Amino acid sequence: MNKSLRLVLVLTLTAVLSGVILAVLNMYTAPRIELNANKTLSEAIGYVLPGNQKCDVKVVDDVTFYIGKDAQGKIVGVAFVAEGDGFQSRLKILVGMDPAMTKIIKIKVLSQAETPGLGTKIESDPTNKTDALWFHKQFFDLSASNPITVVKGKTADKSQAQIQAITGATISSKAVTDIINAAIAKNRTLYLNKAK
Amino acid sequence: MAKSKISMAQEFAKGLWKENPILRMVLGTCPTLAVTTSAINGVSMGLAVIFTLVMSSLIISLLRKIIPNEVRIATFIVVIATFVTVADRTIAAYYPEISKSLGPFIPLIVVNCIVLARQEAFASKNPVGRSVIDALGMSVGFTLVLLVMGSFRELMGNGTVFAHQIMPLSFQPWMAIALQPGAFLTLGFMIGLSNWIIAKGKRV
Repeated sequence: MNKSLRLVLVLTLTAVLSGVILAVLNMYTAPRIELNANKTLSEAIGYVLPGNQKCDVKVVDDVTFYIGKDAQGKIVGVAFVAEGDGFQSRLKILVGMDPAMTKIIKIKVLSQAETPGLGTKIESDPTNKTDALWFHKQFFDLSASNPITVVKGKTADKSQAQIQAITGATISSKAVTDIINAAIAKNRTLYLNKAK
Repeated sequence: MAKSKISMAQEFAKGLWKENPILRMVLGTCPTLAVTTSAINGVSMGLAVIFTLVMSSLIISLLRKIIPNEVRIATFIVVIATFVTVADRTIAAYYPEISKSLGPFIPLIVVNCIVLARQEAFASKNPVGRSVIDALGMSVGFTLVLLVMGSFRELMGNGTVFAHQIMPLSFQPWMAIALQPGAFLTLGFMIGLSNWIIAKGKRV
């Protein structure tokens, strides 16, 4: 057989076969992968909006609002994803707020790849034996009327919307706070004026 | 290499120690350094490599007489990439947690030099059975090193192994070992130790 024809033939056949295998595989795995992603998101929404029974999704100007309602159809809260740069990675945080957008109910860090053992404490801190989730729990039931500030070296005053920084991860702590502040400021007017 | 007369058992065992891909050949150090932050990450990575390497060696060995020399590397990469994608998508579908913690390192097995090196050096020149045994030995050797490194770094950095508390609760985690410098230190000491053991064996 012609040499160059053989080169083309073998490589083409390998590629076609590989394509077929991957297409079949994708048919089986793609729905499951999507299911996993949806499950993670709906679990996170249930976490930041306690009492949520069914959730309406509303998109306004590229921002997706998850409007949680209880069994009677009363709005229990509004959740949205706040996104921004942390110390070394992109942070995605789901923020759940009361319907008037004046108070944070709960937050959840959806994705981060901060410095292992330091910045990762924004999600979970295994070195704190009493409560590994202490950092992000500071945001629970926090007033959002004024921007949240970060303090270090002294005790945070919750009534003043202050957050205690993580030792060794001040930039990550501040990034979480800044991202949440910016998202609330932007989304509050958007939600109250257009999505309600 | 093609005329090797060593037994199948030796073919398997050489990957575990004498020609261990990480300790003796220092191949595939990128995933080794990056994913061994915990024991479970190391083992998951190892299992993905076992699957990819064994399947690729099987196919390449079967096709070794058809693949023209000029396009062999391209063909190897297509075959390897196919199996890596199979592994990656399967993990993402059934073990989303592991997929999340290993991140881009599963797709990066495509360019893992251990996998390509075994195709070039062994599977493309040896019969199917021998190639599969060789691939199995090499990838199991890789996995064992990852298991030891992952367990050690998790123990030192977090006081746990496979998320089981081993150290007393008063243990102060040695954070540097769980971070990047610890990866280099641990691997360096492991290679040093294996060199020492081999040098000692030769002197006797």
